[in-house]
Order: sequence, then C-alpha cells, then structure tokens
Amino acid sequence: MSMVTTYLSWALLVLGGFLCVSGSVGLLRFPDFFTRMHAASVTDTLATGMILVGLMLQAPTWIVFGKLVMILVFVLLTSPTAGHALAKAALHSGLKPLLPGKGGKIDADPRPSAGGV
Amino acid sequence: MFTAAAIAVLVAMALALVRAYAGPTLYDRILAVNVFGTKTVLLIAIVGFLTGRPEFLDIVMVYALMNFITVIGILRFFEYSVSHASANSETIKEQ
Repeated sequence: MSMVTTYLSWALLVLGGFLCVSGSVGLLRFPDFFTRMHAASVTDTLATGMILVGLMLQAPTWIVFGKLVMILVFVLLTSPTAGHALAKAALHSGLKPLLPGKGGKIDADPRPSAGGV
Repeated sequence: MFTAAAIAVLVAMALALVRAYAGPTLYDRILAVNVFGTKTVLLIAIVGFLTGRPEFLDIVMVYALMNFITVIGILRFFEYSVSHASANSETIKEQ
C-alpha cells in the first residue's frame, strides 16, 4: 500500500510543480490583464490542490493531514474570491479587457475621464 | 521529490516577480503579488515536509490568511481611489 501512495504523491507533486511553472509562464506571456488572471488562477487552484494532496499522502500523522485539509479548503475558497475582487476592482477603475471586435481595442483608452468606462 | 516541487515553486515565484516588475497596470502587480503569496504558501508547506517539521503547516495557515486579507485590503484601497482619476490614471496610461 505504501508504494502506491508514495508513487501517487510523487506524481501529484511533479504535476503540481509543472502546473505551477506553466501557469506563471502564462502569467508572463498573456497579452492582457484579464487573460493573465486566468493563468494565475490556474496555478492558484489546481497546482496548489495537487501539491497539497501530494503532501497529504505523505503526511506522517493525522494532525498534519487535518492541517493540510484545512489549508487546501481555505486556499480553494479564498483564491477565487481574491481573483473576483481583483477583476471587479480592475473593471471598476476602467481597465478594459482586450476583446477583439467588441470595441476593446488593443490600445483602448480606459481613462474614466476620457469616457473609457 | 520534494526538492523538485520546491524548485518548481521557486521558478514560479521568480516568474511572478518578473510579472510584478514588468506589469504595466497596477492590477497586474497586485495579481503577481497574489500569485507570489500563494506560492509562498506552497513553498513553506513543501519545506516543512522536506525538513521533517510538521509545525510549518501552522505558518502556512497564517500565511494563507494574510495573503488573502492583504489582496483584499489593497484592492479596497485602490478601488475607491478612482473618483479622483489622476491618482489612478498614470498607472493605466502606461498600459
């Protein structure tokens, strides 16, 4: 039984690490703020979940397992909320998403005074 | 195996810092700081397991709480400063 959990946790850790890196590469390469938010939230939720579950499989005691479950539940609840608050604040302050064809020009002038909102 | 995951998380943090530095608008920087905070949560958990000290998970819990509150605090500050657009426009103008 322990071999299976060891290999499973290793696989989860490696996949979580890969998702972390790919997400932050996406954070760098995407053209627009709102697309970068997608890349960031991929790393925030799935990679964190994978790595924490990978750690759970190797947890020595039940207390450590319980703490990891609490951390996972907390992060999975708060990071989407933070992402939502971030998007709302950005939109509220006039940051236009990069929508082709629907007026969201590449160099849209989102300043509220210029009627950007 | 923990070292591989720790290295991956460190690379992710470095890339998030690059985005924080390069980010044109203010909100890119807040997003990068948020990603950096979440990765710190992961890094401390992994290092806790790496060094065989499970108490690190308490630090991770506190840090996850702080990261969330920080992002919400910053947003609350900047979101309602849009009324006097000058405070916010120079960050958006450079997009």
